[in-house]
Amino acid sequence: MILTILILLPLVGALVTAFSPAALARLVGIGFAGATLLAGVVAAVQYEVDAGMQLTETYVWIESLGVHYALGVDGLGILMVLLTVVLVPIVLLAGWRESDAEGNSGAKSFFAWTLALEAMSLAVFTATDVLLFYVVFEATLIPAYFLIGGFGRSGRGRAATKFLIYQLAGGLVMLASVIGLYVVSANSGTPSFLLSDLAAIDIDPITQRWLFAGFFIAFAIKAPMFPVHTWLADTTEKATPGTSVLLVCILDKIGTFGMLRFCLGLLPDASQWATPAVVVLALISIIYGALVAIGQDDVLRLIGLTSLSHFGFIVLGIFVFSPTGGTGAILYMVNHGIATALMFLVAGFLIQRTGTASIREMGGVEKSAPVLAGFFLVGGLAAAGLPGLSPFVSEMMVIIAAFDHHWLVGSVAVLAIVLAAFYALWMYQRTMTGPGTTPVADLDKREVGILAPLALALVVFGFFPMPLLDVINPVVDDTLAQVGIAQEGGQQ
Amino acid sequence: MIEFTKPSVEYFELWPLLVVFGAACLGVVVEAFVPRALRYASQVGLALAGLVAALVGVVLVARDVQTYDDGAARGILAVGGTIAVDGPSLFIWGLVLALAIGGILLFAERHLDGGSSAFAGQASAVPGTDAETAAVAARREHTEVYPLMMFAVFGMMLFPAANDLLTMFVGLEVLSLPLYLLSGLARRRRLLSQEAALKYFLLGAFSSGFFLYGAALLYGYAGSMDFAAINEAVRNDVGSSSLLLIGTGLLSVGLLFKVGAVPFQAWTPDVYQGAPTPVTAFMAAGTKVAAFGAIMRLFYVALGADRWSWQPMMWIIAILSMFVGAALAITQSDIKRLLAYSSVAHTGFILTGVLGLQASDQLAVGEITSVQAVLFYLTTYGFATLGAFAVVSLVRDAGGETTAIDRWAGLGKESPVVAAVFAFFLLAMAGIPLTSGFVGKLAVFSVALAAGAWPVVVAAVLASIVAAYLYIKVIKVMYFDEPVGDGPSVAYPSVLTATTIAVGAAVTLVLGVLPGPVLDLAAVAGEFIR
Repeated sequence: MILTILILLPLVGALVTAFSPAALARLVGIGFAGATLLAGVVAAVQYEVDAGMQLTETYVWIESLGVHYALGVDGLGILMVLLTVVLVPIVLLAGWRESDAEGNSGAKSFFAWTLALEAMSLAVFTATDVLLFYVVFEATLIPAYFLIGGFGRSGRGRAATKFLIYQLAGGLVMLASVIGLYVVSANSGTPSFLLSDLAAIDIDPITQRWLFAGFFIAFAIKAPMFPVHTWLADTTEKATPGTSVLLVCILDKIGTFGMLRFCLGLLPDASQWATPAVVVLALISIIYGALVAIGQDDVLRLIGLTSLSHFGFIVLGIFVFSPTGGTGAILYMVNHGIATALMFLVAGFLIQRTGTASIREMGGVEKSAPVLAGFFLVGGLAAAGLPGLSPFVSEMMVIIAAFDHHWLVGSVAVLAIVLAAFYALWMYQRTMTGPGTTPVADLDKREVGILAPLALALVVFGFFPMPLLDVINPVVDDTLAQVGIAQEGGQQ
Repeated sequence: MIEFTKPSVEYFELWPLLVVFGAACLGVVVEAFVPRALRYASQVGLALAGLVAALVGVVLVARDVQTYDDGAARGILAVGGTIAVDGPSLFIWGLVLALAIGGILLFAERHLDGGSSAFAGQASAVPGTDAETAAVAARREHTEVYPLMMFAVFGMMLFPAANDLLTMFVGLEVLSLPLYLLSGLARRRRLLSQEAALKYFLLGAFSSGFFLYGAALLYGYAGSMDFAAINEAVRNDVGSSSLLLIGTGLLSVGLLFKVGAVPFQAWTPDVYQGAPTPVTAFMAAGTKVAAFGAIMRLFYVALGADRWSWQPMMWIIAILSMFVGAALAITQSDIKRLLAYSSVAHTGFILTGVLGLQASDQLAVGEITSVQAVLFYLTTYGFATLGAFAVVSLVRDAGGETTAIDRWAGLGKESPVVAAVFAFFLLAMAGIPLTSGFVGKLAVFSVALAAGAWPVVVAAVLASIVAAYLYIKVIKVMYFDEPVGDGPSVAYPSVLTATTIAVGAAVTLVLGVLPGPVLDLAAVAGEFIR
C-alpha cells in the first residue's frame, strides 16, 4: 500500500495545486512534496535490507493484454525513490520565486508539473510490470516537456521539443521491444508483462539481441550516452536549474535503472553479447563529455555535459559485470544525483545575481559572496571526485572494476579524473576568482537552507558510504546471479 | 429461370438498422411538410431519437446473440444470408451510432457562428451572388443535413455487416452519396467546400467502379457473391486464380479508397479541409470505422483462406500509409489538412492490425486477436478524431474558423482549457501512454508482431516517431509560440459541442487508463460469422 500512497500523494498534489488559488498554490505544493517525503521515509523504514523485491502490490490491470498494476522495490528502487522524494522539495523551494518571474508560466504550474513529474518518476522506480513501467516512463515526458518549455530562457520551446522528440523516439523503439516481450510470453503459453513471469522465460539468444537493442537505445537516450546525448546540453541550457535537477538527477537515472532491471535482468545473454560495444560507448561518453564540458562558456551547459561523463561511468560500472562495478555504479547514481543537484542549484543562484550564464562575463564572485563560492567549490570538487566527498567512492569502485575488466578500459576511464579536475577547477577559477566585475549579494538563509543538506550529504556519504552499500550489495548480487556471473572474491 | 423466394426479414435483429433508415426517411417527410420554423427542432429531435433507439436496439440484440452454427462466432445471418448480425457487426454498429450522436450534436451547433449552423443558407445559390446574400439575410439554413446524415449512418451500418459483395456495394454507396453532398454545404469558404465535394464525388464514384468490377471478377471466380461461398471456393481452389487475384486487387482499391490509404489518399486533405467541420468530424470518424469493418469482413471471411496473397499487399500499403501520411502532415500549415494526413497515417496503423490475422489455433489462450485489436483502435481513433475536429470548430476569427496553424499561437494563454483538451487529443493520436491512443497502438502492434509482421511493426514504430513530431509541433505552437497579431479567439460553444468534446476527452482518458472493459467487449464480440 505504501508505494501506491507514495505515487498518489504527489499526483493528487499536482491536481490540487493546479486548481488552488494562486496565493496558496506554492504552500499546497510544498505541503504535498513534504508529505511525499514523509511517505518515502516510511517506505524506507519498512524496507528490509537483503530481502529481495518487497512492499509488493499486484493487481490485474488490463486482462486481455496480461498487464498488471504491480509495484515493488528492491535496494536499487528504494534508493531511487529516496533520491526523488528528497530532491523534489529542494527543487520546489529553489523555484519559489524564480518560477513566477517575467515570461515564465507561473509558480502554480511549476509546482503542479513538478509534482506530476515526481509521481510518474516514483511509479517508474517502483513498477514491476514491464508495460506499467513503459506507461509511466513515457508519461514522465509530458510534465518534463511543460517544465522545460514553460520556464527558463528564450529558445526553451525549441529545446523542449527537441527533448521530447528524442525521448519519444527512444520510447517508441522500446515499445517494439516491450511488445516483443509480450509476444514471447504469449508464445510460451500465458501472455504476461509481469517482470517475475518474464524472468522465468528462457528467451532464445537471437530474439534477446533484438529486444536488447530496443531497450538499450531507449535507455541510452535517457541516460544519456554518446552519440544520442545531444538533447542534454540544449535542455539544461534553456531550462531553469530546478528543472535540470529534475531531469538530470532524477529522470535520467531511469536510463541506468532500466539497463540494470531490464537489459541485465531480463536479457542476460544479450547483455553480455553487447558488452564490448556498450563499454566502448561508455568510455567515449566519459572522455567526450568531459572534453566538451571544458570548452563550454555557459555554466548550465557545462554542468549538463559533465553529466554525460558521469553517466558514462555509471554505464561502465554496470556493464563490466563485477560486484565492485555494479555497486559502484548504483552508488554513483545516488551520488551523482546529489552532487549535480548542488551544482545546478548554486549555478542558478549565481545566474540570478550576475544576470548572465556566460562564464566569460563573470569573475571575482568569491570576494562579495564567499558562501556561494564555497558551495560552488564543494559541488565542483565533488564532480571532480575529490576524496572525502561521496562521488569519489563510487568513481574509484567503477575504475577499479574497469581495470579488472581490461587494463585498457581502466586506463581510459582514469583519464576522466584529470579532465574532471580541469573543468571543475577552471570553471571555479574563471567565475569566482580574479578581478570582480560587480559585487553580488551573498546567499540568503533560504538559499543556504536549500543547499546545505545536499553539501552535507556529500560529506557524510563520502566518509560513511556503508549504509548505502548495505542496501546496494544484495541488488548487485541478485542481478549478477541472473546474468550468470559467478561471485568471485566476494565483495569488499 | 430462377425462382424468386421471398427472404425472411429478422426484424428484431435488424431493428437498429431499420430504425435508422426509418428515421432518415421520416426526415425527408419532415422536410417536405413541417413549417420552416419548426424544422430544426424536429429534425434534430428525430435524428437523435432514431440514433438512441437504434443504440438501445444494439444493446438488446447483443444481449442475447446465440452461437452461430456451433462455430466460434455468435450472431445470425439475416435477410437470406445477406446481412450478418454478429459480434463485430454489433460492436461497429454501437460505435458508429455513438459517433453519429456526437456528429448530430455538432451539426446542430448554432452558437459558434452568430446563431447559424455551419451549413450554407441555400446551397443552390452561387457563391457571391445576390441569391446567396438574400439567403443569408433571410437566415435560411439547410435542415436536410440531418436526414442526409442519417442515410449515411445507415450506410455505415450496412457496409460492415454486409455478407455478400452486392450488399456491401449498396452499403458503400448509401454511405458515400450523402457524404459527397454534405461536404459541399459549408456556410463559409463555399468555393473550397464545393470543390471538395466535387473532388470527393468524382474520385469516390471512380473507386466504386473499381469495387464493382472487382465484385464481378470475384463472382466470375467463385460463381457466387456470397462471402461463405467465395471462402469455400478459395479453400477448394476452384476456378482461375488470376480472376481471384485481380478481383481482390480491385475490391481493395474501392475499400482502401474509403479509408484513405496510400496511394488512394489524395482526396483526404482537400475534403477534410473543404467540408464543414462538423461533417469532417463525423465523416472522418464514422467512415473509417465502417470501412475497416467492411475490410475485415471481406478479407477475413471471404478471403481469409487466401491471406498469403493479400497480406503482402497490406504490408506495403500499411507501411506507405504510415510514412506518407506522417511525412506530409508535417509540411501542412492548415490544421484540418494536418489532421487529414494524420488520419492517413492512422489508416496505416489500423492496417497493421488488420494484417495481423492469425488462425485461431496459432493464438495462445487469452492472447489478443486481430479483430479485437482493430475494433479497439477504431474506438479510440473515432472518439479522439470527433473530439479534435469539434475543438477545431471553436477556434475562430472574424472570417470564421481559423484553421491556419500559426494563427493558433498563444492559444494556451488565451484559452487554457481548449488548448489543454486539444493537446490531449493530439497526445492520444501520437499514442502517448495514459491516453486511449497508446493502448490502441499497443494492441495493433502486438497482433502484427505475433503474426510475424515484424518489418511492419518496426516501420510503424519509426513512423510513430515522425508522427509524434508532428503533434508536438502543434502543441508547441499553442503553448510556447508568441501569438501573431491579436492572437486566436475561442468561441464559446453551446452545450451540444461541449458535450461532444467532453465525451470524446473522457473516452480518450478512460480507454487510456482502464481499457479493460472495452477490450473485453471487443473480445466478447468474437469472430465474424463465416
